[in-house]
Amino acid sequence: MTGIISDNVGRTSGLVKSAGGGGAWTLIKTLTASSDSALSFVDGTDDVVLDSTYPIYKFVYTNAHPSQQSGDGEEFQFNLSEDTGSSYAVTKTTTFFRGRHTEADASNVAYVTDFDLAQGTGFQTLSANNSGDNDSSNSGEMWLFNPSSTVFVKHFIARSNYMMSAPGCFSPFVAGYGNTTSAVDAVQFKFSAGNIDAGTFKLYGLGDS
Amino acid sequence: MSGIIAQNSGRHTGLVKASSADGVWNLIKTYTASSDSTLSFVEGTDGVDFTAYDEYVFKFYNIHPETDDTYFQVNFRDGSTAYDATKTTTVFRNYHFEDDSGAALEYETGGDVAQGTGVQYLVQGCGNDNDMCTAGTLTLYDPSNTTFVKHFIARTNTVHASDLTMKWYVGGYCNVTAAIDGVQFSFASGNIDAGTISLYGI
Repeated sequence: MTGIISDNVGRTSGLVKSAGGGGAWTLIKTLTASSDSALSFVDGTDDVVLDSTYPIYKFVYTNAHPSQQSGDGEEFQFNLSEDTGSSYAVTKTTTFFRGRHTEADASNVAYVTDFDLAQGTGFQTLSANNSGDNDSSNSGEMWLFNPSSTVFVKHFIARSNYMMSAPGCFSPFVAGYGNTTSAVDAVQFKFSAGNIDAGTFKLYGLGDS
Repeated sequence: MSGIIAQNSGRHTGLVKASSADGVWNLIKTYTASSDSTLSFVEGTDGVDFTAYDEYVFKFYNIHPETDDTYFQVNFRDGSTAYDATKTTTVFRNYHFEDDSGAALEYETGGDVAQGTGVQYLVQGCGNDNDMCTAGTLTLYDPSNTTFVKHFIARTNTVHASDLTMKWYVGGYCNVTAAIDGVQFSFASGNIDAGTISLYGI
């Protein structure tokens, strides 16, 4: 008798889970926003694992909704930390392009220089001009590759869809790298102003063995 | 003793798997086309359930049209029997001819929808030579939510009837707060001659 079966011998309740294998996404942590200024996934805090356990991590956010819309709307953003959340200011170089189509039928695809970074330490925009309407939201995902590496930069790729204030549909594509060889051990999401009024944020890990 | 533990009591080899957990791609339903006019995933039919997960992914491959040079398309049901949820969407595409005579990245105004209820094209020009087909994914977020609009994202590649590879990037939302309870795939002309579409919950 071995493995997961022997691990559970004698247990009359509960279950020792089998280890996440290669090819399986393992749900690490779910955060649900409720008027939060930011949501942070910090390695070693509240059961969050963001280290060498997995080579690939994925954040899935569903119905991220801003508490306010000032002017043309807020930016939905993220940043990386290399000091377990004491600061979120990793140097990044990124690209940002998007498809756009308003409900009034204006459309285009374009690179947006306002939302990329060239060796910047500020927050990376995932979406801009978010509508504050009650039914508006962001849904999408961001992949983070090998954050624990101390040799290579840290690549990330994000794709999402959201309702902009026009109103209309924005479909952004964001990619870049944290230009650091320090391990990245925390990720924070927020709006550029106001709170994350609602939304679900899930962190998954993907094994390779 | 109950559940998965009881199911494995006394086993020295093998293991009865635990029920699906978060993070696992849970296969909900696979349909295989055979000259079908549409393939529909309907809440409560054939085990389809759009209420159990936050994220649903449709994987489609070897989608082969009966008619040459036609659109592969999708629509959503929001409470009635009709697939007519109001949508605003954005589409851009890239392509490259097999003979290298052209390639581009551009917005596709013929494919997007502005508060329309008709189908959303997933890709254009699907060829029906015997070896031609279409493949891709469509992700639908939180379809049972009754507060927010319903976002979806698709990427699709096809062998265009004019012998080029074409990829479409589609993003949009069903501008309804009613739950989405059905998703239907079809071609703009003719049947889905062959192909497989699988629905996963994550």
